[in-house]
Amino acid sequence: MGMTITEKILANASGRDRVSPGENIWLNVDVLMTHDVCGPPTIQIWKNEFGKEAKVWDKNKLVIFPDHYIFTADKYANRNVEILRQFAADYDLPNYYDVGTPRYKGVCHIALAEEGYNLPGKVLFGTDSHTCTSGAFGMFSTGVGNTDAAFILGTGKIWEKVPESMKFTFNGKLPEYLTAKDLILQILGDITTDGATYRAMEFDGEAVFDLEMYERMTLTNMAIECGGMNGIIEADAKTEAFVKERTNAPYEIYRSDEDAKYQSKYVYDVTKLEPVVAKPHSPDNRGTVRSVEGTKLTKCYIGSCTGGKITDFRFAAKLLLGKEVKVPTFIVPGSTAVAKQMEEETINGISLKEIFKNAGCEIGESSCAACLGGPSDTFGRSVDKDVVISTTNRNFPGRMGSKKSEVYLASPLTVASSALTGVITDPRDVL
Amino acid sequence: MENIIKGKAFVLGNNIDTDQIIPAEHLVYSLTDPEEKKKYGHYALSAVPLPQSGLPGGNIPFVKGDNCESEFQIIIGGSNFGCGSSREHAPFALQVAGAKVIIAESYARIFYRNSVDGGFVVPYESFGKMNDKIKTGDNLEINLKENTLSNLSDGKTYELKPLGDVLPIVEAGGIFEYARKNSMIA
Repeated sequence: MGMTITEKILANASGRDRVSPGENIWLNVDVLMTHDVCGPPTIQIWKNEFGKEAKVWDKNKLVIFPDHYIFTADKYANRNVEILRQFAADYDLPNYYDVGTPRYKGVCHIALAEEGYNLPGKVLFGTDSHTCTSGAFGMFSTGVGNTDAAFILGTGKIWEKVPESMKFTFNGKLPEYLTAKDLILQILGDITTDGATYRAMEFDGEAVFDLEMYERMTLTNMAIECGGMNGIIEADAKTEAFVKERTNAPYEIYRSDEDAKYQSKYVYDVTKLEPVVAKPHSPDNRGTVRSVEGTKLTKCYIGSCTGGKITDFRFAAKLLLGKEVKVPTFIVPGSTAVAKQMEEETINGISLKEIFKNAGCEIGESSCAACLGGPSDTFGRSVDKDVVISTTNRNFPGRMGSKKSEVYLASPLTVASSALTGVITDPRDVL
Repeated sequence: MENIIKGKAFVLGNNIDTDQIIPAEHLVYSLTDPEEKKKYGHYALSAVPLPQSGLPGGNIPFVKGDNCESEFQIIIGGSNFGCGSSREHAPFALQVAGAKVIIAESYARIFYRNSVDGGFVVPYESFGKMNDKIKTGDNLEINLKENTLSNLSDGKTYELKPLGDVLPIVEAGGIFEYARKNSMIA
């Protein structure tokens, strides 16, 4: 019996020839990532548990990105960043990306890719559920809590149950009105928010490998919305080119065997799919954009680890060029590199940033911002009975701030189309 | 670990996500400062929409008024309990509020791990739905040795799924205690 890519990576990381779904194994971790929300409690647990002897198992393998609550006056949030800063100074940590310095990056999952930490075949754990994003690089990556992260911080090891794998194949050429967000929302509607619990979600097919790396990250990012342990896409020439531009670190490419065993397989013809949304209040509450078109909006939001990448802003800028938005529209570049690229890339000689400004959008600074609500002064946060359409990944009650607000999740094309009309609009009517 | 846990039931529906368990704006408080950490108890389950809070009737907050502790110690959920973010503040908040056991049809992976590895609450899985059999306020008794749930309010007893692979970690009280017991760390 063959193995899936996930099983092969986990076998290697546990020093075994092979592993099978359901086995509990101990893994050697290649990268541990944390941020300002979960970093401080992780450090506290690590200090309490290891006491005076507490040692970071490998400084080079620890990466810390303050990104969640950055541009706020909230004293507790600012204290958390200060705790990270002090920890990095005390232990002379090389991979700390401090706020207010040129090293500041923004959203951790985008920064992990941009800074060369995502490497095929490696194992990455992070104190954030969307750590599964890094699986777009053919690696095993998943989220854990503070206690597990503190254990890794001191030992470099963690237990994991080998997941069963599910395979999602997207055949055909992606039409211009669809993006990776439509594909993953399609899956969510089909398998629901616990359809992949404790499982690996492997993405395959021509339409997936045609995607740029940043778009592939949109697929793997939302594996957690299906309950998945990890999302994964085999590395190809695009992956290698992206990685080699950023690092000389070694990596190893694994591929699923022809006879690998899958818990289930789903096959889609992308030419037959339509733009979709997730309606309030769950990411699996799928409907076609057509079925909700005309819904009146009070806010549009483009940002986050899943919807604030340069590819998302390219999609949106194409539609907003030379036009004006009808409702308040918030643009939050996921990382400082994305923000810079928005200034450099142009359509008809106008930078993406200028296109958004001219269209009347408000542009925020790189961070997680209103994707998860955050402190009351967070940029773009929902208030009262806001009806929001957003490129983010969660629309749980209260997720973007106000418990009374309603959030629709959609592709950057659908959000930009809707911004132009003030009501939910199918991108096919605008393109 | 005690073998018998008694307490009042607080019943919830499916897909109780971690934003409902502890909204993100509250993730900024210290988890160790004795006064500050009480806030986690105060805000536990505060974003569950009221009609779904305390089933079957709803409109029962888990923590009332200015309190930091709940009158309910046993949470009965549906499927996919704890889905969403990785915030360990979620099972922590439930523990601070006084919850000891959760009984749900199924759990999201990270919440389940956090509950076990952090030693916050015991996450039991039920055979089938329990949130249509138990009412908020029922007096329950959990037997951790026998893996049973007894509803003292109506005299019925239900079997629960054994904790299986994670039992040694639950018994130890968390992953650090487990690792020390097994000489994995000093």
